[in-house]
Amino acid sequence: MIREKVRVKSFKINGIDVTGASNQTILEIAQENNIEISTLCYLKGLSCVGSCRMCIVEVKGSDKLIPSCTSKIKEGMEVTTDSARIKANREMILSMLFSERTHTCSVCVSNGNCELQDKSTELRLEHSQVPYGHARFEIDASHKNFVNDPNRCILCSRCIRVCDEIEGAHALDLMGRGMDTRIIHDMDEPWAESLSCTSCGKCVYVCPTGALYEKDISAEEAEKKRNIIMELLERKVEQ
Amino acid sequence: MKKIRLATIWLDGCSGCHMSILDMDEKLIEIAEYVDVVYSPYVDTKEFPSDVDLTIVEGALSTDHDIKMIKKIRANSKYILGLGDCAITGNISAMKNLFGSEAVLQRSYGELADTNASGVYPSKIVPKLLDKVLPLHEVIKVDYFLPGCPTPSDAIYAMLRSLIEGKEINISDYTRFGK
Repeated sequence: MIREKVRVKSFKINGIDVTGASNQTILEIAQENNIEISTLCYLKGLSCVGSCRMCIVEVKGSDKLIPSCTSKIKEGMEVTTDSARIKANREMILSMLFSERTHTCSVCVSNGNCELQDKSTELRLEHSQVPYGHARFEIDASHKNFVNDPNRCILCSRCIRVCDEIEGAHALDLMGRGMDTRIIHDMDEPWAESLSCTSCGKCVYVCPTGALYEKDISAEEAEKKRNIIMELLERKVEQ
Repeated sequence: MKKIRLATIWLDGCSGCHMSILDMDEKLIEIAEYVDVVYSPYVDTKEFPSDVDLTIVEGALSTDHDIKMIKKIRANSKYILGLGDCAITGNISAMKNLFGSEAVLQRSYGELADTNASGVYPSKIVPKLLDKVLPLHEVIKVDYFLPGCPTPSDAIYAMLRSLIEGKEINISDYTRFGK
């Protein structure tokens, strides 16, 4: 395999001069320089896929908004992380995440403990800008400990990534297209019948919403147990 | 000073948000100095009046009557405040959308009924269910949104205060979806 030589690149974020290695992303350099960029599907230690598009930024000379978590830095680029246009687009993205599925916060096990909800207060979004879809998905409660409720899934794919990259099982993946996309186990088997699932629960703990949750717990206890998984992810970053 | 003509109504909701208004307790006395309640479940007006300054709407739109009502409210109100998750997202009221109105009627007037041998749904006097329960802003223009299930009374107080004083507030400091 030919390895690309890593070079140092200098560029600007919000007018501030910053430097990084050419294999780093805009988001990484922003975080190193304490420049805040809103994220949702991103989880430090997991690979970046840019599925939620929350971390979009503007780059001078391009009229497209690009996800900063998957965009490698370039020499001399001028990045803007906050503008009226970015804000409007983030609000629209969040609206679509809320309206694509039937989240119904008030009856969700993750109510008050949900990163999607947190995003709505962070962006001050108090109503969806697009009509609700009202699609219904079957809930998979076959597993003895965990439940998969696609109605609350934002398809961030954190669960797929943690299962593949940390647990090494790759029991989960996506099936279908567009608004019908679902998280599945193996070849769309019921969770309990999945041969590759090790029942470790990592997918549940990284899930930002109430899509994957532990059985037989009340909303008060539904806080995702992140400690162990975050430690594992930290170690992966250090490697 | 001219008092604000305030109306409140609850459509397809549980009245919890109206309870939350009452939960302002002694602050209601303070608010009462600025507003005249011209139409509300709290008062006995039968017809929705014209020339309302602010209408607080709880609940989603579920029936043909709700649609007629909300259009009248829009025509007669300067500002509309959507109160609570049902008005803003459909919330619990809209959960039946996942199955459809027909399935809900079948369940309640057919499967679970003890005395309805014919299995016919009522079609007179009671309003007709829409195919889908809708949040307010999918039918009319809504000026202010105050989510919550129910919206905390502190949030309602802060919102009314801000409207009275003409100051902007960040409602996320007080409430959010599902709060």
